Amino acid sequence: MSATPLLELRGIDKSFGPVQVLRDVAFTAYPGEVTALVGDNGAGKSTLVKCISGIYPTDGGEFHFDGRPVSINSPRDAAALGIEVVYQDLALCDNLDIVQNMFLGREKRSGIVLDEPTMEQMAAETLAGLSVRTVKSLRQHVASLSGGQRQTVAIAKAVLWNSRLVILDEPTAALGVAQTAQVLELVRRLADNGLAVVLISHNMNDVFAVSDRVAALYLGQMVAQVKTTDITHAQVVELITAGRSGNLGLADPGSNGTGAAPADTTPGAAR
Amino acid sequence: MTTTAVKKEGPAAVAPAPTVGTHFSNYLRRVRGGDIGALPAVLMLLALAIGFSIARPSFFTAGNFANLFTQGAATTLIAMGLVFVLLLGEIDLSAGFASGVCAAILANVVTVLGYPWYVAVLAAVVTGVVIGIGLGLLVAKVGIPSFVVTLAGFLAFQGVVLMLMKEGSNISVRDDVLVAIANRNLPPTLGWALAAVAVAGYAATQLLRYRNRAARGLLTDPIAVVLARIAGLAVILGAAVYVLNLERSRNVLVVSLKGVPIVVPIIALLLILWTFVLQRTSYGRHIYAVGGNAEAARRAGINVDRIRTSVFVICSTMAAIGGIVAASRANSVDPNTGGSNVLLYAVGAAVIGGTSLFGGKGRILDAVLGGAVVAVIDNGMGLMGYSSGVKYVVTGVVLLAAATIDALSRRRAAATGNR
Repeated sequence: MSATPLLELRGIDKSFGPVQVLRDVAFTAYPGEVTALVGDNGAGKSTLVKCISGIYPTDGGEFHFDGRPVSINSPRDAAALGIEVVYQDLALCDNLDIVQNMFLGREKRSGIVLDEPTMEQMAAETLAGLSVRTVKSLRQHVASLSGGQRQTVAIAKAVLWNSRLVILDEPTAALGVAQTAQVLELVRRLADNGLAVVLISHNMNDVFAVSDRVAALYLGQMVAQVKTTDITHAQVVELITAGRSGNLGLADPGSNGTGAAPADTTPGAAR
Repeated sequence: MTTTAVKKEGPAAVAPAPTVGTHFSNYLRRVRGGDIGALPAVLMLLALAIGFSIARPSFFTAGNFANLFTQGAATTLIAMGLVFVLLLGEIDLSAGFASGVCAAILANVVTVLGYPWYVAVLAAVVTGVVIGIGLGLLVAKVGIPSFVVTLAGFLAFQGVVLMLMKEGSNISVRDDVLVAIANRNLPPTLGWALAAVAVAGYAATQLLRYRNRAARGLLTDPIAVVLARIAGLAVILGAAVYVLNLERSRNVLVVSLKGVPIVVPIIALLLILWTFVLQRTSYGRHIYAVGGNAEAARRAGINVDRIRTSVFVICSTMAAIGGIVAASRANSVDPNTGGSNVLLYAVGAAVIGGTSLFGGKGRILDAVLGGAVVAVIDNGMGLMGYSSGVKYVVTGVVLLAAATIDALSRRRAAATGNR
């Protein structure tokens, strides 16, 4: 959709003591696209996400956001750029309602008093903007919501803040079939609204259902980042498990697969 | 106008505007789903009051009604502070003797050292704050379970009270202002005026809120329910003030005894203050968040340690105020002030009122309702001529019953996904 990536990482290195977890990783995320980040357990997906969200400092490499070089040293920096992460455990408070959860830690106030009507209105508008119609009342406690609805609230919480890049950590892992479909639809809609979305997933069906690009990590290296339309199910699995597939992957370690695909054409999944 | 239009298509508008009927049926559904709130406390209070009134007509007199307030005041005040600690799923076992320490400081400053009452009150409250900071830091920063920290406090403060009391003697409190707190009444007209202000203030906030939400096209409670709430408060306050303004002296020629006890507006003021803090400020919201899911709160950028420390400060400060009221009521402080049943009555009051021992659920009003239940049991059983032993057993059973209701409603809530 867009020629300039919203987020571009180059040459990211990260070690924990003697263990090098990320090796010269390049990664791009484009506005209006869903980029699936795949890889086996221990490939470095979570570490990469934590580097992007400022939880871990990187040992080396460059961050470019919106074409400008930036440095992300804390979660606050990431949030200031408009990067939001929806973690797998969602981090919702069961004893608070939807609005309270969405504004947790960033409550709107007038003076010292909480501005509930404004918050409720903003929450309603955000959910309406995402075409979410599954929740009955915004004043429901989160405890009474289904898994899919909770995921929806967590995602809505992330997009409430004019965020530009949303990273979702296995949003469908704990969901049933119908709820998975709902959440994937929502993920697609986020991208259609112009956000850059990074979707971490183990589920190939999810990846092929919503993503525009696939980025595969293998043992801390980015082995390929290609358009979803240019790759098959089997090839992704090979990339995840072996780090290479045909002419993709480790066979050509120099290029690291970035920019392999011609830009500007939107894959069929988008529209 | 446009926002209203957007809203109409929004998800919240899917639910139809509630009528009185749906409001009531929603409430019933919530109760059945395990969100019972203060319902058991209210029912228990009614049952106990009716039972005692039938068994002992002297229970149902204006004089005894006034007694209930002064008897339950210290417990209720300490329970208010405990609600904050319980909201985080923590416990403060030292609150009783913390109130004793603060009362002992008060008595020493005002009687032994001869300072004016306000210096003594300030000293007592500051003592409470310092105790709270100490307990809070040990729990939040060092990471010792609050049960152990405050159990240690329970023992140590008991010793501190003994030391401050010069090994067993008691110190009288004769200052007029201090004695007045729990022993004097407001002039009847002032009682009416305060009740009117309270009702008017409540009505104003409720109606403003209604108008504000309605103007933005948000769902509101039906206006009939809002008005009924205001009318309900007016009736309860009116009846209470009327009864308290009745002459309750046995011999009017010797002394006239009528009016609202001075502790009542003190409790009411603190009830309003802390309710405001919990429901309307982001600090209060963060307390609920930490009590519900500390990890989520931490990730949302809330300083969990600071919240955790602060609730112990509030608890010990309220214990100090409770201690001042206890000293005032007894006209003296002795080594047992804040001891024996004070702590258990206070924890019992909070839990009976509907505050969960598991954290994340509770209101300040719970402390007042539960405090009333405890006071009624204590008072009524005394009138029935039961011994202290029986009173303790019954209060213990009631506390256990309240904790059982809490645990069962929690299970039910988990089953129905209703908090």
